[in-house]
Amino acid sequence: MSATEVQQLESRMAEIHALAVGFGLDPYAVHFELVPATMMYEFGAYGIPGRFSHWTHGRAYQQIKTMYDYGLSKIYELVINTDPAYAFLLENNSVLQNSLVAAHVLAHVDFFKKNIYFGRTNRGMLETVSIHAERMRRYEFEHGRETVEGLLDAVLSIQEHVESPPVASRAERAPDPRDPTPARPENVHRVGPYDDLVYIGATSRPEAPPPETRFPAEPEKDLLRFLADHAPDLEDWERDVILMVRAEQRYFAPQMQTKIMNEGWASYWHLRIMRELDLPEQDYLEFARLHSGVLAPGGRGINPYYVGLKIFEDIERRWDEPPTEGEDDHVTPRPGMSRGRAKVFEVRELDDDSSFLRNYLTEELVKDLDLYVYRREHDRWVVAEKNWEIVRDSILASMTNFGQPYIIVQDGDYRGSRELYLKHCFEGHELDLEYGEKTLRFVRRLWGRPVHLETVRDGDRTVLSCADIALRTQVSGG
Amino acid sequence: MLPTASLTSHDWSLHRKGPIDQARHNERVKDAIRGNLGEIVGEEAIITSDGDKIVKVPIRSLDLPRFRFDENRKDQVGQGEGDSKVGDVLGEASSDRAPGQGKRAGELPGIDYYEAEITVDELAALVFEDLRLPFLQPKGRALVPSEDVRFTEVRRRGVMSNLDKRRTIKENLLRNARSGLGGYGGITTDDLRFKTWETHVKEESNAVVIAMRDVSGSMGEFEKYITRSFYFWMVRFLRTRYKQVEIVFLTHHTDAREVDEETFFNLGESGGTKVSSAYQLALNIAEEKYPTADWNIYPFHFSDGDNWGEVDNQRCLDLVRQLLERSSAFGYGEIQEGGRRSPSTLMATFVGIEDPRFIGVTITGKDDVYPALQKFFSAHDTPSEAAAR
Repeated sequence: MSATEVQQLESRMAEIHALAVGFGLDPYAVHFELVPATMMYEFGAYGIPGRFSHWTHGRAYQQIKTMYDYGLSKIYELVINTDPAYAFLLENNSVLQNSLVAAHVLAHVDFFKKNIYFGRTNRGMLETVSIHAERMRRYEFEHGRETVEGLLDAVLSIQEHVESPPVASRAERAPDPRDPTPARPENVHRVGPYDDLVYIGATSRPEAPPPETRFPAEPEKDLLRFLADHAPDLEDWERDVILMVRAEQRYFAPQMQTKIMNEGWASYWHLRIMRELDLPEQDYLEFARLHSGVLAPGGRGINPYYVGLKIFEDIERRWDEPPTEGEDDHVTPRPGMSRGRAKVFEVRELDDDSSFLRNYLTEELVKDLDLYVYRREHDRWVVAEKNWEIVRDSILASMTNFGQPYIIVQDGDYRGSRELYLKHCFEGHELDLEYGEKTLRFVRRLWGRPVHLETVRDGDRTVLSCADIALRTQVSGG
Repeated sequence: MLPTASLTSHDWSLHRKGPIDQARHNERVKDAIRGNLGEIVGEEAIITSDGDKIVKVPIRSLDLPRFRFDENRKDQVGQGEGDSKVGDVLGEASSDRAPGQGKRAGELPGIDYYEAEITVDELAALVFEDLRLPFLQPKGRALVPSEDVRFTEVRRRGVMSNLDKRRTIKENLLRNARSGLGGYGGITTDDLRFKTWETHVKEESNAVVIAMRDVSGSMGEFEKYITRSFYFWMVRFLRTRYKQVEIVFLTHHTDAREVDEETFFNLGESGGTKVSSAYQLALNIAEEKYPTADWNIYPFHFSDGDNWGEVDNQRCLDLVRQLLERSSAFGYGEIQEGGRRSPSTLMATFVGIEDPRFIGVTITGKDDVYPALQKFFSAHDTPSEAAAR
């Protein structure tokens, strides 16, 4: 962008910001940075600038770059959930393109700030990831690049298996920029420092309480934390790496959990903000073209921008109509807003994708959006269902636990020899066993002793076991 | 109002994190390809492509595994353009490339194996890493005597254009120092130093490969494919690695004839098989055109081993012995799909050859092409277990 264009964009952005605030959006301050395309692919690949090095990031970088080079897809914007927020714009975009992106970004930042699922995210993540990257680099110096890479391979293969940060209570939603990293739970029986004095002269001390019959006492969903805390043979730096990956995963979790809503919200607002701008006709046409490009149902998956936008607009329309008798459509009024508008603001605050779709994806919307269920029949992928409730339930099922199998630590002392017994909580969808076996070998590497994974195959309980990293995984029914 | 938006722009040109991790990823891709060469070398897509063409190579080990659902056994939600109906076919699900190698999901919902993109040349470099012509001797005059000019000496006399200025100045400084004046100046003829050169004649090892291919009716699709695949890699290998290798192409059924390269790779004929015809022709060509004093000769022959009869087998044995006298090594590849046929083949006849320079290989599947290349084109310090298989 030329200097004049940058000036134009700056004044346009002030206008956009004023409009956004006028509409009731409440974003953090945003630092926009104009970057070349190469940086955009890089930030896209890492999710957040400055993250630790790993070949999977390099692969993502290459894929995004290739898509861009062939003109197949282009990242217009990247916004980071921090306070103040950071957003990156392509420096060779037109003023109009970047204006649209700026409007879109402001709505994202409002969402980050207001949606309850983001209440406990670390708003200083940009620095945190740099610190993590620095530490990992130091570990590379101390222990060798291959060693750290091998460890990261193992940790990243199970990175999804963490406990999501709990939803913040209303009181906690006041900005608390630093992540209250949960303290490591003490599992060891604590003996007080003065216990010795108390029992002087006693013939026998009270025995330590009998070990709990189950370890962990409750099944543990947070596989990374469990390994960091309890894997018998890991060194401290290895535990640190696990916890760093975990912290970053938990930071990204709310974004994965609200993808449709967040993109829908941002599209809803860029549309309304851009309409308010006094654009020359030519710009207006370009805007319309861009907007429809973003919203086009593409491929066979769901376009979150389109589905999210349509649901928000539908909510607003329905709540603007006079309430029907007996329907539970309460909405907290907001000054200067229609009922429908107040409702969409409420939804953006309280829902995540699951509840958003469960509550607001109607029969008409499923039909309008032309959503369907498809499955593999022999050698082809075939549309199998168009019944709206089945479609809705399938989407919801695919979102449970971020679409990942729900796996818990059932027993950390299996067979009394500290073997690890994991259980896949079967909900009707079978695991990819080949990948399961390979992943289990990584878990074996971290746990340091034999590991097992129970799942269901063809209706039967099946246990994958990995006794030794070098050995192939055993599959046993039972 | 205080919090607003700010716009900045920095110089990012020195930022290299993405490319560094990308390079590491590429290293891993190459490692993975190296580990999978057996499978990759047999890929049909590769031998039909040009050198700079990018081929996609499936590497399964490079995807980071994770616990995930079996997409083939799971319903998924998609979005149409407004007119989808139950029963619409969205796409083919079969992308199984190597049956019997474990499950592979369809191409639609995700990529099961990671596909690396690599040019055929890069791939060839990996394949050829450890290959060389066996028993190669430096022979005869170089066809194109490659002269190499090297400046190796410094003299007091020479052509001004070869003046070694640095040494000349050094001499001048030394002389001035010796005379007590010190410093630089007053260069005389004594100070001058000149670079001179020598010409090196590099000795080439001339080699000729006589590639023989069975095109008889008994050679089925699989046999033809393996032969083409092997010779594709062999020709490419020889041309990449050696400047002076000639290749003679022979095909045979009951008669043998010399053909050009294109015919060699594309010809499919029918009829019986008389392998001796090819060996006889090879021997004639070797005797006429490639005197042993000047040439390393490498006859190679691929066949299904299904020869005309025991009489001809014996004649072949005899000819192989004669060829071996003139050759550096003799390669014979016998293709038996699935290894199912009886041992009453040419290979059985060759078992008796004890010369380590006879290299016999049995190929039963696509994955054997790469090991065959390795066996033919390795150092061979130890006697080969000729035709032992």
